[in-house]
Amino acid sequence: MEWITNPWPWYVSGPLIALVMFLLLFVGKQFGMSSNLRTLCSATGAGRAAEFFRFDWKKERWNLIVIVGAAIGGFLASHYLSDNTVVIADDVVVKLQGYGIESAGKAYLPTEIFSIAALSSPKVLAILIIGGFLVGFGARYAGGCTSGHAISGLSNLQLPSLIAVIGFFIGGLVMIHLIYPLIF
Amino acid sequence: MKTLVYLVIGIFFGIIMYKSEAASWFRIYEMFEFGSFHMYGIMGSALIIGVLGVQIIKRFKIKAIGGHEMSLKPKKMGFSRYMLGGIIFGLGWALAGACPGPMYVLTGAGYISIMIVVVAAIAGTFVYGLVKDKLPH
Repeated sequence: MEWITNPWPWYVSGPLIALVMFLLLFVGKQFGMSSNLRTLCSATGAGRAAEFFRFDWKKERWNLIVIVGAAIGGFLASHYLSDNTVVIADDVVVKLQGYGIESAGKAYLPTEIFSIAALSSPKVLAILIIGGFLVGFGARYAGGCTSGHAISGLSNLQLPSLIAVIGFFIGGLVMIHLIYPLIF
Repeated sequence: MKTLVYLVIGIFFGIIMYKSEAASWFRIYEMFEFGSFHMYGIMGSALIIGVLGVQIIKRFKIKAIGGHEMSLKPKKMGFSRYMLGGIIFGLGWALAGACPGPMYVLTGAGYISIMIVVVAAIAGTFVYGLVKDKLPH
């Protein structure tokens, strides 16, 4: 059974992600997940508050269907195709244990942050809310996220996407190396 | 019919994200610690295929289904919005350990807490829409 539950290596995963991008191009769309956040704002009436959300969101319904599919895919993969543990580098596990994240190497997501019990901690709530907020704000400000810039944009050799991806990494490195030691 | 196509592409994407572990907080943390080649390998190999494929599409003028142009419009040039927006996104990506695709994948996988991240991301997008004219682009 192990061949089913084992994670896919990078050289399988990466080309398959490219295939998803080409499938979407082939059906006349593009690969960009964060647009959904704007569509969801628009669909829930945010157009009354800002011009940015006044567009025909029903034309973007296809992308909402893609994320419904992504959720189904997540359900199928986690229930039938995975043992839900992520093996990471030993020295990274040690570092995370130093931060009090003992589930490193034993879970798919850190239980110290993503378990229901953890929600009673104000710090954990702040991590989830601030993290999500920055992702949503930053993705729209930058005009795309990992899929729209790092995969679609760079595949199309777009300089703006390169700038955005450099920004992603500056932000990520600052968070992990400068801010994590302060919060964990 | 079209709905089904998008749904199947989405399911395929969700399984890839989960099985590649690109949806795992741990893999994202490890990437920023330069602890493993895994995430770089995923993005690098996706890009090699992506760049080659897009070049082929352009060279041979391959059309989308129904003879439409493929959505490969150049992005508007600029600096501030990409750099500043990128940094803000990166901070959140590393903090929540999730980007906008995997968020939904993890929701489907049953991680209830990730829905807080999704709602917060929608709120972030909403606030951007409110203040966007005051920001450098």
